[in-house]
Amino acid sequence: MSGVEGYMYPNEITLYWSVLIVLYPYITGLVAGAFILASLERVFRVEAVKPTYRLALLTALAFLLVAPLPLVLHLGHPFRSPEMYFTPHSTSAMAMFGYVYLWYLMAVLVLEIWLDYRREIVLMSQSSKGLLRLLYKIMTLGSSNISERSLHLDERVGWIVTLVGIPSAFLLHGYVGFIFGSIKANPWWNSPLIPVVFIFSAMVSGIAGVMLLYMAITKLRKEKIDMRCVDTTAMYMFYIFIIDFSLEMLDLVHRIYEADESFRSLDFMVHTKLYFSQIVLQIGLGTVLPLVLLFLVQVVKLPEIARKYMYVISGCLALIGVLAMRWNVVIGGQLFSKSFLGYTTYKMSLVTREGLLMAIGLTLLPLLFLWILVKLLPPWPERSLPEAATGD
Amino acid sequence: MSVYKDAGHLFRFAGLFILAFLVFLVVRHFVVPKSFGQYGHYRGAAIGEIGALPVKFAGHQTCESCHTDVLDVKKNGKHAHVNCEACHGALEKHAEDPASVTPVLPDTAVLCARCHTASAAKPKDFPQVDPAEHANGVPCQTCHNPHSPAIDAGGTK
Amino acid sequence: MNITRRQLLILLPAAAVAWESVLASTPEASPNYKMSEHWWGMLIDIPKCIGCGNCVRACQTENNVPDGHFRTWVERYHRTDWPMTESGEITSNPLISPDVISPDGGKEGFPVATDTEGRYFFVPKMCNHCADSPCTQVCPVGATFISPDGVVLVDQTYCLGCAYCVQACPYGCRYIHPEKKVADKCTLCYHRITKGLTTACCEACPTGARQLVDLKDPKDPIHEFLKTHSVQVLKPEMATGAKAFYNGLDGSVR
Repeated sequence: MSGVEGYMYPNEITLYWSVLIVLYPYITGLVAGAFILASLERVFRVEAVKPTYRLALLTALAFLLVAPLPLVLHLGHPFRSPEMYFTPHSTSAMAMFGYVYLWYLMAVLVLEIWLDYRREIVLMSQSSKGLLRLLYKIMTLGSSNISERSLHLDERVGWIVTLVGIPSAFLLHGYVGFIFGSIKANPWWNSPLIPVVFIFSAMVSGIAGVMLLYMAITKLRKEKIDMRCVDTTAMYMFYIFIIDFSLEMLDLVHRIYEADESFRSLDFMVHTKLYFSQIVLQIGLGTVLPLVLLFLVQVVKLPEIARKYMYVISGCLALIGVLAMRWNVVIGGQLFSKSFLGYTTYKMSLVTREGLLMAIGLTLLPLLFLWILVKLLPPWPERSLPEAATGD
Repeated sequence: MSVYKDAGHLFRFAGLFILAFLVFLVVRHFVVPKSFGQYGHYRGAAIGEIGALPVKFAGHQTCESCHTDVLDVKKNGKHAHVNCEACHGALEKHAEDPASVTPVLPDTAVLCARCHTASAAKPKDFPQVDPAEHANGVPCQTCHNPHSPAIDAGGTK
Repeated sequence: MNITRRQLLILLPAAAVAWESVLASTPEASPNYKMSEHWWGMLIDIPKCIGCGNCVRACQTENNVPDGHFRTWVERYHRTDWPMTESGEITSNPLISPDVISPDGGKEGFPVATDTEGRYFFVPKMCNHCADSPCTQVCPVGATFISPDGVVLVDQTYCLGCAYCVQACPYGCRYIHPEKKVADKCTLCYHRITKGLTTACCEACPTGARQLVDLKDPKDPIHEFLKTHSVQVLKPEMATGAKAFYNGLDGSVR
């Protein structure tokens, strides 16, 4: 049997959860993380990160729109997916997906963006032409009331929405962690820590993502990067990263210490099949190195240009590290046999529905959506239509 | 009441939600299969559908109801508990219409070897031989009656 | 809530029609078979299994199991002595690392074993039709379930093919059908046992190593066997309520 070492149950040899299932928690993680960054300003009054507020919301929306795609593309029968809305099984964490997704999309993200942008939407519905005018008019829901009172109401309701949005964001991404963490059959996944680790690494990735996008877009707009904003964002990223790293280390140390039935098999797997993605990418380059860089920035007074480089490098490394973590969880969990006697290989295809090209496409698609959103709903008031505002 | 004048847009947004929810309820009524929930959180009709799948092995009672002569030989021999289709393959089609479907006799060189080839892995008290040495290419049924294979029990042809 | 008389006049006949169709679309598999009178399981008698693979082939024939996938399979274990080095050091534990093979699921039997040292035995594996099944727990839409007579089944017209159940099964007995793209697994030959037949694998087994059992039937001899002998289930620590019972199961079996 090609690619199999030792003994695997015959039905275990093929991996059923592909790179697309790696992408899904990564994308919802970015959504949750971006939203938490936005809530820092809105709820916790961290005024320094205000320049990223609207961008964070639009980023969250762009990624959220793409989030169901890897799931639907992976299904054997994608057109049966509405069954999750009509007959959700209350004992299945996966059944939550449809409702949590809809709730988060409509009752949190879209509502908050709409409330924050409503004044501009009404103004643009009056000043633009043609199809765009129709689009804005629809977005006003027929109400052109932008009086002081109504805007104040928007502000109050928006605050409540953001407040509710924080546990909603945790639920949106936490349930994904629970999907894995509640599977007693798989010792690599089975842990109450997994949902928590997922949430904290999601926050790291989301904050890193928005920080990088802000720096890149501002540069493309030929504007000055607000260093106070970026410094504060990076600081929050640093502290959340420390919590994330501690939790991951706790899981690791706990496993090594208890050394249960699965330990030898998992340990061997990490040292061989997952060596590059776990030890090198996730832990080394993706966590320890960015933590060191961010720590240096916190303790050493560095000039602006040096800090910018540190943030870009650590942001990119963090993004790679979190993606590697998702890979190690999803793919790693299927590489070893539940008999603990063998291993298989993941043969990722290139051009099929669940192949590498599709994965790359799905990672880039949110950036396209973000570009459209930024054009429709400009995050920065000084210029009504920013120049080519693409992502990385 | 004046606060509601400035909250018109919020009511419209909520209204959209409520409308969507009602549409969902209506659609759901038509889309969810009728037998869903009958025995549990699943489509009850599935049980009947799975129960109605075609049978391929007739089962030894069916064979024995016609082939009583074979049963008489078999029931006291070493293969008493080896069911007919274990060697003869799935024969429900033959049982339904014996004249139209004639079963093909299995090739003993392959069939008998599957169980009786000697291997350190098999239970020690299980009859097993090295097929090449034991028979020298002679077909098994030359000496052994497959329906009662023990030779000293008078099972030879 | 208040229903007006007019609404009731519309609702009642509609409800009656709906009830008719509910009744009509769920026939019992055969007129004499009552699901509530049965609770199915299987006994697998390890010392009797000779690894002939008849069961794997019969299952494939009966249920059109696609090649490379298995509703049942047979494993061959070889548990050798505790290995000791020249210097007297025991280097591994055969109880936790036996040699296991299952060439094509044991479908064409096994290669002849030549090493006369150690203990060999064959372990047929299948869906355990767990009473507290972790696979039915995780299905997001209710496409897999345990029937009232104790058989875990998949509704293949409803299954999305998400493979969550495949991940949740501790025994590796599920797979996604390569053509139908839905979850598939042993059905305990539901279409046979509800008609008084036994499963295809039990029918084909030449040594009686596999026997169907009805845990609600006091006259079932296998039920009697289970009550009076030492039997085990696979992975008892998972508390799945597995109903595939093993007689003579070695501690090295995973």
